[in-house]
Amino acid sequence: MLKDLLEKQRDAVVDRWKQLLVGTYPPETQRFLKTQKNPFANPLGNSIDEGLEGLYDNLLKDGDIEKFSEFLDRVVRIRAVQGYAPSTAVGFVFLLKEAVQEILGQAIRENRLYEELLTFEQKIDSLALLSFNIYMQCRETIFEIRTHEIRNRTSRLVERACQKYGMPQEWADTEETKA
Amino acid sequence: MELHNLSKPQDLMNIDLNKTPETPWMDTPVNFRDGTYIYPAAGKNLKRLGLPNPREWSPTDEDWKLPDNWKEIIMKGLKERLDKYRSFRLFMDICVRCGACMDKCHFFIGSGDPKNMPVLRAELLRSVYRNDFTTLGKMLGRFAGARELTVDVLKEWFYYFFQCTECRRCSVFCPYGIDTAEVTMIGRELLNLVGLNINWVMEPVANCYRFGNHLGIPPHGVKDMWEFMVDDIENITGINVNLPINKKGAEILFVTPSGDYFADPGTYTCMGYLMLFHEIGLDYTWSTYASEGGNFGLFTSHEMIKRLNAKIYAEAKRLGVKWILGGECGHMWRVIHQYMETMNGPADFLEAPVSPITGTKFENAKQSKMVHIMEFTADLIKHGKLKLDPSRNRKVRATYHDSCNPARAAGLLEEPRYVIQNVCEDFFEMPENTIREQTFCCGGGAGLGNDENLEMRMRGAFPRANALRHVQDKHDVNRLLCMCAIDRATLTALTHYWAPDVSVGGIHELVANALVMDGEQERTEDLRGEPLNEEEEE
Repeated sequence: MLKDLLEKQRDAVVDRWKQLLVGTYPPETQRFLKTQKNPFANPLGNSIDEGLEGLYDNLLKDGDIEKFSEFLDRVVRIRAVQGYAPSTAVGFVFLLKEAVQEILGQAIRENRLYEELLTFEQKIDSLALLSFNIYMQCRETIFEIRTHEIRNRTSRLVERACQKYGMPQEWADTEETKA
Repeated sequence: MELHNLSKPQDLMNIDLNKTPETPWMDTPVNFRDGTYIYPAAGKNLKRLGLPNPREWSPTDEDWKLPDNWKEIIMKGLKERLDKYRSFRLFMDICVRCGACMDKCHFFIGSGDPKNMPVLRAELLRSVYRNDFTTLGKMLGRFAGARELTVDVLKEWFYYFFQCTECRRCSVFCPYGIDTAEVTMIGRELLNLVGLNINWVMEPVANCYRFGNHLGIPPHGVKDMWEFMVDDIENITGINVNLPINKKGAEILFVTPSGDYFADPGTYTCMGYLMLFHEIGLDYTWSTYASEGGNFGLFTSHEMIKRLNAKIYAEAKRLGVKWILGGECGHMWRVIHQYMETMNGPADFLEAPVSPITGTKFENAKQSKMVHIMEFTADLIKHGKLKLDPSRNRKVRATYHDSCNPARAAGLLEEPRYVIQNVCEDFFEMPENTIREQTFCCGGGAGLGNDENLEMRMRGAFPRANALRHVQDKHDVNRLLCMCAIDRATLTALTHYWAPDVSVGGIHELVANALVMDGEQERTEDLRGEPLNEEEEE
């Protein structure tokens, strides 16, 4: 069964998946991401490790959407602000297909596990859709913060001015707009 | 498009595990992408300050409208600074590229961009220094790590020197003590010589120069904001607190960043000061002239620091105070603690600060005559001069972010923790390698905390946020405390993106919540106007 293979080769497949994802960073950075193991000194490497391991384990045991979202968030939230094209930011999910092919391709062919592979790959596709949701939510948050910052910079000043000098005519409620 | 023409995901994502960059770092030009660079200074602000080359331009333009002799200006400026600052020349010469600083910058950790490694950031300038000022560089060129100054190099400087928050975390790890922040400071000075500066720095500087504060609020406007706070305090406590403004002959002049007058959550900290000073009966005064502690001159040039900071001693002299007390501020404290006396002193018209309440002599401030409020309040608590009820902060589960400048540059590490632990029952430290001297920057200091640069800020904020999320998960932390006005603004964005259920606030907000005031009404709300107890909330 494909599941047995995926369980048996868990470390090899996840490692390859991580390698492929780390490969989207510049070479000097790849070295750092792989070698620094302290989670607070290397939060990016740590997020990748925990995120991908969590996703893989949940794929094997059919975890719930919340769990998948939580682990996807670990990776997507940072990639959403690293200047990548949206496809590159979320496309790491598809790299799992590549990793499975590389590590288990021969065994899959020998044991004719194509049908199971198709089912597994469908799950990966769903993960990609889920990661796109998270990516968009991250980007929307960025724009929300921008407007919030601009507003908050002088909010007290405006509040006080309205209190003291009255609200500008255009802002005030009229008879028609009053709730 | 036919299906076979569409690349596989890994090809689309441009993955190459054994790649070397297509061009060496010296020849890889900068790509100015929205969200990762800062808008340039408006010409009007440079004119107001008498700075060179005022004009309208954009980093995305091909032509940056530099003066014809820009190269000559930069080289002359570089030579002057090499002669003037021995530290700078040393930093240019002694780096052995050991790599100890390599992975210590929050921007490198969060972005993965190698040019954000402190060693490489400094190398951007060092390569030009080698080319024109060292024999080896002149003879061997590239081979000795030298390169010629071109417009592309200048663009790279602009991009990366405004991607350093001057937090100095890298310098903690450098075996030679190279302070990359000082390299950035000189880099920015040089850029300023040809009119390459950012508006988020130059507008506050121009406003400060003309009005005394960053937003350019005239005296009556500032007074109005303070009165607004006095009203709010009365609603919460029933006490009409004392508000002395420009009071001649007061014992103490109080100066704090103006960010805390206008924007939440800084305003609550400012209300905290008013309540504390009222309660202990301090003979002090606010000033509408020295209405700003922050000094964006620090992010511009040494001359500008001096120019903007002069008002503090001048106002102390005009009002005839004995000494000066500073509010919760980060970079202001670096200026006060390390530059003020040399630049604007001697302040021989002032006295060595003594707390009128406890009699403590602040020996450490004998020279500058200015005390940080955290030292002042910690001393009050130590001597039992404040009646505190920490249970009023029981909703707060706090952690503390050491702001780079007071912590790393000025060693204010214990005082804030001592104060927090006396006013708040639940306090949890973030991991050891992310606090105190090793604290991670908020990602928005040194003029980078603007909205157009938000994506870059979020990269830089990631290491701090990661440590914060750790204590959020482990201890249910819901408040990130700090004693810096820039932090109060930038950390708010950080938590919004990275740790949405954590709020940000200053320490004196909690002090004032806990402070039992003489004659106060029963408190049902905290300074934010929120119920003190969970039950009342329901």
